[in-house]
Amino acid sequence: MQDFLTYGIYGTAIFLMLLGVYAVLVKRNLIKIVIGLSILDSGLHLLFVAIGFISGGTAPIFSPMAIESANKMVDPVPQALVLTAIVIGFGVTAVALALVIRLYRHHNTINIDEIKNLKW
Amino acid sequence: MKKLLIFGLLIFIGVEILDVLSEVPFGEDRMKVSNFYLEKSPEVLKVSNVVTAIVVNFRGFDTLGEVTVLFLAAAGIGSILYRRRSVHTELNPKRTSTEASNIVQAGAKVLFPLIILLGAYIFVHGHLTPGGGFQGGAIIATGFLLMLISYRKFFVKHSGVTWIESIAGIVFVGLGLLGMVYGGTFLENFLPAGELNSLISGGIIGIIYIAVGFKVGAELTGVLDTLLNISQDEE
Repeated sequence: MQDFLTYGIYGTAIFLMLLGVYAVLVKRNLIKIVIGLSILDSGLHLLFVAIGFISGGTAPIFSPMAIESANKMVDPVPQALVLTAIVIGFGVTAVALALVIRLYRHHNTINIDEIKNLKW
Repeated sequence: MKKLLIFGLLIFIGVEILDVLSEVPFGEDRMKVSNFYLEKSPEVLKVSNVVTAIVVNFRGFDTLGEVTVLFLAAAGIGSILYRRRSVHTELNPKRTSTEASNIVQAGAKVLFPLIILLGAYIFVHGHLTPGGGFQGGAIIATGFLLMLISYRKFFVKHSGVTWIESIAGIVFVGLGLLGMVYGGTFLENFLPAGELNSLISGGIIGIIYIAVGFKVGAELTGVLDTLLNISQDEE
């Protein structure tokens, strides 16, 4: 059971990351590449949060009822890192989409095969 | 051939990562550093949400960098998409999107203040409940997005957005500098910690998260407005 959980949850996260990398490598549509980057981000966040989990753990928030429950709380450090990573991921996606709009204005296409300037 | 190569590469990466991760069993022990945080946060800082304590207090400098990245992203989008823009005002609506139906418009009018209220609640209570400045700011931006897509004539004043953004940033950096004056280090928590589980607790954490909430809300609204107003400049 423990093995199943380990490989199941880590496997899902890694599958999402690989899906994102596949989209970035194979797809020719720039919007789909941006979506791939976004999926890669999601997989990474899932992996971080999964590493911080402890069995039967609760959210790392102290409530008035149970002040002393600290030993049952999940690891808060990966959660704080993921909070940072989500914001950075938003910035990356937004700037990438703005660049796509700019490229579309210049070349009237978002297929990277047709944008000749990218080839050398 | 190329696809085969890519699949091989992906499988290689996946197996390698999974191999490393099998050394980290799922759902077991915490790191030492988080035990320190879990202990310090309620006792010394009197903050009940440990994630907030880490993000704003223990790693406050990192958060300042994060806010800077968000600001740079917003500014970058503005400069990448820059065009000699005609002034977009109430009398001169430039958006080409069709007007939303009456039901959406009436619903948006009712929901808009409630969404703003929810966002404000979430960033004011960032140190007590799940959530915080970034989440609250994102919710406020969704409220503005609702108004932007339901009313063609709704527009966001860019100078106002810039002012809110700048003042919030100055508050964050100013608190850091005050910490330097009163406590010795940048972003030192120099205000009294207060009482656990009350609204006024955690010293500068609440004030910083309110500033971050305003900043993120203003920035995301600016980004949405820029992206929505860009398409009609094409024709």
